[in-house]
Order: sequence, then C-alpha cells, then structure tokens
Amino acid sequence: MQATKIIDGFHLVGAIDWNSRDFHGYTLSPMGTTYNAYLVEDEKTTLFDTVKAEYKGELLCGIASVIDPKKIDYLVIQHLELDHAGALPALIEACQPEKIFTSSLGQKAMESHFHYKDWPVQVVKHGETLSLGKRTVTFYETRMLHWPDSMVSWFADEKVLISNDIFGQNIAASERFSDQIPIHTMERAMREYYANIVNPYAPQTLKAIETLVAAGVAPEYICPDHGVIFRGADQCAFAVQKYVEFAEQKPTNKVVIFYDTMWHSTEKMARVLAECFREEGCTVKLMWCKACHHSQIMSEISDAGAVVVGCPTHNNGILPYVAGTLQYIKGLRPQNKIGGAFGSFGWSGESTKVLAEWLTGMGFDMPATPVKVKNVPTHADYEQLKAMAQAIAKALKARL
Amino acid sequence: MDIYVCTICGYEYDPAKGDPDSGIKPGTKFEDLPDDWACPVCGASKDAFEKQ
Repeated sequence: MQATKIIDGFHLVGAIDWNSRDFHGYTLSPMGTTYNAYLVEDEKTTLFDTVKAEYKGELLCGIASVIDPKKIDYLVIQHLELDHAGALPALIEACQPEKIFTSSLGQKAMESHFHYKDWPVQVVKHGETLSLGKRTVTFYETRMLHWPDSMVSWFADEKVLISNDIFGQNIAASERFSDQIPIHTMERAMREYYANIVNPYAPQTLKAIETLVAAGVAPEYICPDHGVIFRGADQCAFAVQKYVEFAEQKPTNKVVIFYDTMWHSTEKMARVLAECFREEGCTVKLMWCKACHHSQIMSEISDAGAVVVGCPTHNNGILPYVAGTLQYIKGLRPQNKIGGAFGSFGWSGESTKVLAEWLTGMGFDMPATPVKVKNVPTHADYEQLKAMAQAIAKALKARL
Repeated sequence: MDIYVCTICGYEYDPAKGDPDSGIKPGTKFEDLPDDWACPVCGASKDAFEKQ
C-alpha cells in the first residue's frame, strides 16, 4: 500500500482490513477496520506503531514508498496489543532500529509478548520529550486507555497527536481523513468503538483528556491507529468532545429493551413494553438477542437512560443468549442507567429475579417491580407492563 | 494481613509478597504502602483499591 502524506514529513502507512467483521473476536466491525502506523521523516526517522502480523508486507511496502525501511532509526511502540505490535519482530528485522521507545508498562508487555533478548528497548516516562532532529515529540501515558501500556505521542510544533487506540474507529475506506466521511458515520463508528472497548475506563478517559488539555495538547491532526485521521482543529475538537460525551454517559430518554423468548410470550411482553415506552415519549430500541449481536446492543445502551431486559425462565435460570449479553455488558461498566426486568415462565419463574440481580449488580436503579407472567400473557398482564413502563419513564424523566 | 484488589484492573496486592519491583518488601501491609505507590499493573493510585 502507498503511504498517505498527512503534512510535510508525516505519512500514514499501514493496512486497510476490508474484511474485518468480528473485531478481536468480540465486537462487530461492520465497516471493516484499518491498522495505522505513522512514519515521521527527520534526522532520526521514526515509525510509530506497526500493524497486525499478517499485514507486515503491506506496512513495509508503504514505508518503502517513502524511504528505505533500513533508514528508520527509531520505533515507538505505544501499545502492545497484536493488531499494532504484531509486526514488530518483522519490523525490527527489516529496519534494524537504533532504539525502540515504549512506556514502562509497555516494556513489561513487550517482554511477555515477544520474549526478546537483545532488542534496544528504552523506556520513556510520562511527559518526556525526544528530539528527532528538527522535530520534538512528547510522550504521555494514557494508562487503561485501553491497556495499562497505552501511551500517545504529541508533536507540539506541528500540532499532531498520534493517539494509538484513543479516537479509533472501525472504518475501512479509501478516504483516509475524517472530513471525507459523513459526520454521522464518524460519530456512529466512534461510539461503537468506545462503547465496546474503552467504556470500562470512562473515569480514566476524562482524566486523560484533562491531563492532555492541561499540557497544552490542542491538535490540528489526530492520528489514531484505527480508521481515519481527524484533520483540522474543528474535526479534532469534535473527536475530543465526543469522547467526553461518551465517558460522561449522561442519561437520555432512550430505552433499550433486549430479550430472548421460547414460545413468544416474552416477545409479546417486549413488544407491548416498547409501545408503552413510546406512549411515554421515550425513544425505544427493541432488540432480540438472537437478531442483534451483543456489541450492537451495547452500542445502543451507551447513549440510553434505561435498559429493560426480558427472558423466560429456563431450568430455574435464564437463557444463554441473555446471560451472555448481560455478562458482556457488565464488563463494560455502563453508568447512570435505570433497569427493568420481565419474563414469562412455566412453573418455577426465577428469571425476573435473576435478571434483577444482574441489573442491580451493575449499579442500575430499579424503580419498578419486575413483571412475570405464567405461560401466556393476558390484557391484565399488559396493564402491569404499562405500569412498569410508566414508573421507569417517570424515573428517567426525573434524571434528564 | 488483608489482601487489597485494584478496582481498575483486578490486580491483588498481597502483603505477604509485597511488590518487590517497586521496592516494597514482603510483609508490608497495604496501609503502610507509601502514598505515591501505584498499582504495578495499571498504575492506579492507592485509593482505587478495595479490601478483598
């Protein structure tokens, strides 16, 4: 792949993964993704991050379209996850770098991933600067965004932030800049990435942004390791503002109902609830766990104020698709949500209790008693569902 | 002596083992760790820890 020039001396190299659909095996990437690395030409020519191992050839071709890879002096490894560091051994062999810079926790992760012996690794501290010749780069640790090793690199004079996974989006496109992509597509891709990968570390996100702003980081280019580059101060400010919004997780009047069903009773209850919430003026997303991937459900939950879960009782518990979705959501630690539970049963009826335990275990407030129905719901049961929807909608409106 | 767990990354501080990489000797209680001690896995500060 040919390199893409960003500004004088700065090039996007790496690979477009047009066929990625199951990102890292747990979250959907319906538009594909990219693995971006950045080449900065200077007296000490430096490559920031690499790509997934299988794309090492494309990365080297991209570098070779600018400069002989052997002329690379420094590597900066901002994050050891293998979609960025997978090609590191191949790059070291091809470039024979003088030094490899990484964070202290990056060095530990590098050792346990690659078990190297004689790589010229040098640890950089938070706030440390490095001269590449004409240009100077400052490194900032961004621990837990989204691994302990994570760091970013800031060129203050050129106003370029190489941000690693922060501000990433799963977008495979021939266009490589955000101003070439419709803004709602950008927002959606950013939200899907943040909600499914970064959300557990919302407090760290807000802290990292505060630290970077206090250090005077006001980029005109944000260069993430996935997706397109934010070009221009306005586009960069948009990216930062979206991240603050995602991390704050302020409640909205949107309700996500997700459920599974065996003989359509819980499905009927779910559909009635959706109508009741609509009557209350809420925006509703109704999602069947077998039609919607858990990552799609999480993306919708990320900007919802309430999450209502339905499941029939199965063998004294809940069905596996619902259990798996709850486990996935719990790990992503959504904040400021109101919860609700419902479901049908044949004889024992534990499902609503199990659902309520999951939701309270995630810190969700439960303003209404769960609604459970024996076998097939009646109109009297629908009245109970209506009362539950009204109680949840009232609690939600009080938070807006 | 109590074990403390990092609420950010799940690391367990076991006083019997200490944290030798950070210069903390085995047998050091969590309460006696210096204020600037940080989680060796994710860098969280002491206040992010909870008793197990």
